[in-house]
Amino acid sequence: MPVPILKQGSVLIASIQRALTDTDVVLLQETLIEQVGRYRSRGIVVDVAAIDVMDSFVARSLRAIAQMTRLRGAEMVLVGIQPEVAFAMVQLGTSLEDVLTALDLEEGLALLESLGGEAERRGGLAG
Amino acid sequence: MAASQAEVRVAIATDDDVVAARQAGRQLAESLGLATTDLTLVATAISEVARNITAYAGTGEIVVRPVDGRGRRGVQVIASDEGPGIEDIDRALQDGFTTGGGLGLGLPGARRLMDEFAINSRPGAGTTVTMTKWGPQ
Ligand SMILES: Nc1ncnc2c1ncn2[C@@H]1O[C@H](COP(=O)(O)OP(=O)(O)OP(=O)(O)O)[C@@H](O)[C@H]1O
Ligand SMILES: [Mg+2]
Repeated sequence: MPVPILKQGSVLIASIQRALTDTDVVLLQETLIEQVGRYRSRGIVVDVAAIDVMDSFVARSLRAIAQMTRLRGAEMVLVGIQPEVAFAMVQLGTSLEDVLTALDLEEGLALLESLGGEAERRGGLAG
Repeated sequence: MAASQAEVRVAIATDDDVVAARQAGRQLAESLGLATTDLTLVATAISEVARNITAYAGTGEIVVRPVDGRGRRGVQVIASDEGPGIEDIDRALQDGFTTGGGLGLGLPGARRLMDEFAINSRPGAGTTVTMTKWGPQ
């Protein structure tokens, strides 16, 4: 079952609703990269609050999405990691240090907002 | 109660089976009274060994079963396949060692997630990973 992706202004929101198979993860990766280009989005929020298992494959795929998004000049924020999932990720060794995270959707959007504002200010000063 | 605490066997061939195996493990662990955090650790470890079956052996089986020991109950996971086997088990258990372009975290990570962990494998003779998580005393 594909992950629904919502377009809200310049941000794409992907809310994962249930356990992901590897096929779902690969599809999510492809769809997000395509849509970031099509809508010229500035950011992606991936909400994983409904996920009970974040194994090495899912972690690697999310990191790849974050890196590809950044190469497109946008940012990805991962939100909603459950406490026991966070615990399991640390034990597994997939701590995703290089990926932006926030507690929930609201804070994730706020984080993207602040990053966007910063980029504009930098652009304004330079220009 | 008794029915939900029976052994469950899941044939592993597709990535849907990986999800089914970890859900079976989580359910059994829950019925045996393991802590909520431990359910997630067991499900994550199962996901790793099940994916190794689809990635390296193609097909195999995961058995989850209740075990008793030293006054505690626990969940045991046996992941077996008749794939190519592992050449050097010590190396396969090192963080970052991969022949499949992964992170090389599956086996060492599963070992950290569980209380007991053993691999039996020989090149050409398949692989069996046996791992256990114990419940409260
Ligand atoms: N069931 C198996 N049959 C044959 N070889 C295996 C099996 N499981 C693991 N291996 C070997 O052991 C190596 C290490 O496995 P491990 O799960 O730790 O990492 P990975 O699968 O390469 O990457 P990751 O799990 O992080 O995506 C594999 O690359 C593979 O060579
Ligand atoms: Mg693996």
